[in-house]
Amino acid sequence: MQYALEGSQALARTVALCRPQVIAAYPITPQTHIVENLSKLIADGALECELVSVESEFSAASVVLGAVAAGARAYTASSSQGILLMSEVLYNIAGLRLPLVMTCANRAVSAPLSIWNDQQDSMAVRDAGWIQLYCATNQEAVDTTIQAYQIAEQTELPVMVCVDGFTLTHTLEVLDIPDQEQVDRFLPPFNFERGLDPSNPISIGTLVSPDYFTEARYDHHRALNNAQQAIVATAAAWGTVCGRHQDALLGVDGPQEARFGILTLGSIAGTLLDAREQYQGSPATRLLTLRAFRPFPADAIREACGGLTDLVVLERALSPGSGGIVGNEVRAALSEMHDAPRVHNFTVGLGGRDVPLDIYPRIHEAVRAGSGIPFDILDLEPHKLPAAG
Amino acid sequence: MEDTTDNTSHRELRHAQQRFSGLEAGHRACQGCGEALAARLVTEAAGPDVIYANATGCLEVFTTAWPESSWRVPWLHSLFENAPAVAAGMEAALKSRGKSTRVISMGGDGSTFDIGFQSLSGMLERGHNVLHVCFDNEAYMNTGIQRSSSTPHAASTTTSPSGKMRMGKRHLKKDIVSIVAAHHIPYAATSSVAYPSDIRKKVRRALAIDGPTFLHIHTPCPLGWGHDGALSIEVARLAVQTGLFPVIELERGRLAGSMPIRTVRPVTDYLKLQGRFRHLFADEARAREELEHLQALADHNIEVYDLRGMQPDSRDSEGADTVRRGGLRWA
Repeated sequence: MQYALEGSQALARTVALCRPQVIAAYPITPQTHIVENLSKLIADGALECELVSVESEFSAASVVLGAVAAGARAYTASSSQGILLMSEVLYNIAGLRLPLVMTCANRAVSAPLSIWNDQQDSMAVRDAGWIQLYCATNQEAVDTTIQAYQIAEQTELPVMVCVDGFTLTHTLEVLDIPDQEQVDRFLPPFNFERGLDPSNPISIGTLVSPDYFTEARYDHHRALNNAQQAIVATAAAWGTVCGRHQDALLGVDGPQEARFGILTLGSIAGTLLDAREQYQGSPATRLLTLRAFRPFPADAIREACGGLTDLVVLERALSPGSGGIVGNEVRAALSEMHDAPRVHNFTVGLGGRDVPLDIYPRIHEAVRAGSGIPFDILDLEPHKLPAAG
Repeated sequence: MEDTTDNTSHRELRHAQQRFSGLEAGHRACQGCGEALAARLVTEAAGPDVIYANATGCLEVFTTAWPESSWRVPWLHSLFENAPAVAAGMEAALKSRGKSTRVISMGGDGSTFDIGFQSLSGMLERGHNVLHVCFDNEAYMNTGIQRSSSTPHAASTTTSPSGKMRMGKRHLKKDIVSIVAAHHIPYAATSSVAYPSDIRKKVRRALAIDGPTFLHIHTPCPLGWGHDGALSIEVARLAVQTGLFPVIELERGRLAGSMPIRTVRPVTDYLKLQGRFRHLFADEARAREELEHLQALADHNIEVYDLRGMQPDSRDSEGADTVRRGGLRWA
């Protein structure tokens, strides 16, 4: 059914439809509205759930870890410093192969302190062993959250649903929120076979010597790679239920004959779609929206790049001393491709800097002027820089 | 090994056992490890319907070298600093699933006093139905005897060594049970591995209470304290009998009981058995000063908790001078 909702409110309603049994969270901007809305749903009796309002993000992640291990469907959400504070637990949840879903309301990481959006936080935990799905729109965030529970519970891998802070979480728009029956039919009750149970006691989280450690890590790596199939199948299955097309690993939009492509992730994709309409004089452009960053869908990216001579990777995070994070991975994936496009890598929109529609012609100009841009910050304003020391 | 493959299942056997133990022999603890014994006593008293969250530390390491495990109870180790939070999540899950299974979080003094203190405080404040057990061996033993905020004043560790300029740890042992009790939880208690029936009694008492409870057990570490492994119980008992480790119970923050000491021993009886205090017995003024300091701390405990019992009493079954040996597993 259609509702005019703020992104966070829609996410809270969607999480409630998934019937979590335990929610633990610690407030941080811009995640707060999600948890506030969930708390209200519980207070009003619309959601039956144990809400644990903890004293830190470290404990938020630890509480949901314990809850899943004890057989409950659980949920948490955080941003920025919170993601970094819980990062040790995030690795642990993944290594223990606990099926959990969390929302990352993407925000910059201090210092300098910024409460505004970029994707440095989720990128900082990209190696934690979680599935990471990036949402381009609030509707996608709603649909992805429901799918995330099914993916997590099928693969026994935790899923982080990444939603741009403010740009999505605080934007009011008309969204389709599914019915409870639709979600119930799609998502059976959680039954965790490896759960802690006094009648069948097992030990979880044991000390592993070098004799077995490599195999445990490889098993995790293999499970993440194999999760691509679950992500694709789940998107298709949910598409049938809700009647909307669901991109699984990667969304591709634009003419087959285009020689120019832009790959991005998160809400910038929407900006680029609108800009392409507006700047019709620019060269034909294929837009690639990366939904699954972990597992990294190298095959799907190569396939989507067929026929391109130039690919711009546009991202909202930075690895200081190296450059773009997604850009480097895409470049590595395309290095094995016959007739691979030249890859140009730009970071934009750090710490909430607006990414306006005219970013689109500026990308085209920058690429026309240069011959293969390894890395640049496209919206840098050099006059604000301190003199080089 | 006995053949148990006939018609009886392991589960039935486990429940038919007169004495349930959640921690099996064959683990890799050192000889004379106080923590291993105390952990076994806790699981015996708690019974089989309990889920455990174990902090990183010796206990986790010596019981679960993959693919082996000494635990016969559902057990999870996550990290060093989050066992009470993990336990809180387990409790919330069991509550939402309508289960009556109890939850115990356990850790050493490193995780309880120091790195996991925040998650412990949060769990207590939120009123989770969780018992936290701290096995206190007074230093980071798992990493090789580094000082913690539980290390007693003047004890020598690898990061508070004694030397020309130092007499071991310069700071006091943190008064964790008072801090815990200040959360006004229903029940907080201390105990010692020298008094098994006291541990059993307090575990059962804690688990009968609805709400957060805390049990702090003093557990000697022969390796870290530098004493003969055969003397662990003797050393633990002397800590109580000198007044250095008061055995008490606090209800809603108020003193509700204490183990009386009928014959108070001088602190030197306790200290001289341990290598970590050897520097206090040098013929030096500063050593004598530290001994006086430690005696004053013991005297202070005896006074504050009113530990001095009446004259020796042969019928006494609760005092620090009385130890039950053998039998009475379920005393």
